[in-house]
Amino acid sequence: MARQTRIRTKTQDGHTEILVLVNHPMETGQRVDPKTKEKVPAHFIQKMAFTLNGKEVAVADLGVAVSKDPLVGVKLKGAKAGDKVKVTWSDNKGESNSADAVV
Amino acid sequence: MKKILMLLAVLGLMGGVATSASAGPAEDLKQFRDFFKKKFPTVKFDEFANGLYALPGFEEYRASWNTYNEFPPYEFGLANGKKLWDTPFKNGKTFASCFKNGGKNTAQHYPYWDEKSQKVRTAEMDLMDCAKKNGAEPSFLKADLNKDTKARVQLAELTGYFYSLSKGQRISIDLSKPGAVKAYEAGKKFWWGRRGQLNFACANCHVDLAGKNFGGGQPLSAGLGHTTAWPAQRLDWNRIETIHFRYMTCNKQVRAKPLKHGADAYTNLQLYETYMSSGLPLTAPAMRN
Repeated sequence: MARQTRIRTKTQDGHTEILVLVNHPMETGQRVDPKTKEKVPAHFIQKMAFTLNGKEVAVADLGVAVSKDPLVGVKLKGAKAGDKVKVTWSDNKGESNSADAVV
Repeated sequence: MKKILMLLAVLGLMGGVATSASAGPAEDLKQFRDFFKKKFPTVKFDEFANGLYALPGFEEYRASWNTYNEFPPYEFGLANGKKLWDTPFKNGKTFASCFKNGGKNTAQHYPYWDEKSQKVRTAEMDLMDCAKKNGAEPSFLKADLNKDTKARVQLAELTGYFYSLSKGQRISIDLSKPGAVKAYEAGKKFWWGRRGQLNFACANCHVDLAGKNFGGGQPLSAGLGHTTAWPAQRLDWNRIETIHFRYMTCNKQVRAKPLKHGADAYTNLQLYETYMSSGLPLTAPAMRN
């Protein structure tokens, strides 16, 4: 099952903020499972790309330092009402998902 | 003569104390409300449902709380709870079949006194019994809720969704039965009784010291409105949790041995706390510090 990805936009003072919330464990690979005493394999989001009307406007390289269930926000200038925003992410295990919204 | 008068005065005082101790829940409620009204005169009554964010001096906490509420992290947990609620059992029924009005607008009467079992029943208990009755086996039925975080969170998410169906309803608890009053008195005793190595009562922090911030980003909330937000998600935990788990952690913080999840003492305390918040709107699930 693809992981839940939610997107929301907020327009304020001439700029638009795109907020993305992903249900992701963001394992660093350093944590030890208390029961098996083995390290939990790393599992984290590597790339997150934002597009506005199909044109890429921002790309984020995320790493293990980002928290579980991350909330990522990007501020855009010049987005108009009715514009389509889309976010796509992919992680180190090959999982990916996307979500879109209208400004 | 003077001595006799003194004696009479002392006796009178004692009599006064005795009558106030035997006062009913309704008078306790009035006293409790009036105390907080006097302590925080600027806070409107309904605002107490928002916990510590309503209290004066915590404007910065309130601002960050508002930002959280724009995109609340508990949405994932709530979605899990909704899925569990909507998934039919093997016999085709859902959780909604066990509750009046399909579970909508009923949570404000929880926890309630059950004459049959002579016990206080919480929403968690009813949901568990509902699953049992319909032959379903969600993980929280068999697991040890004190230790199994995953199972407990599942229960909390389900309960959270149940409470969200009654969002905004004003709490009204029925204490008309003598057994209910007895349970209420037991909860009251727990609330005001000191425990643990630090020798704190619930009331020490959440009545006397409510609204104070001793650092660590954990200001003390007011006792009024304590239960309205639960099951809640704390920033500290990053998951929805049951109110009994909160009680367990509170007990640990005063270095007392926590009781079991679902213990009678906790249900009684929940009854007392919820009754003390009578008339406040339900906001669960919500974000808390």
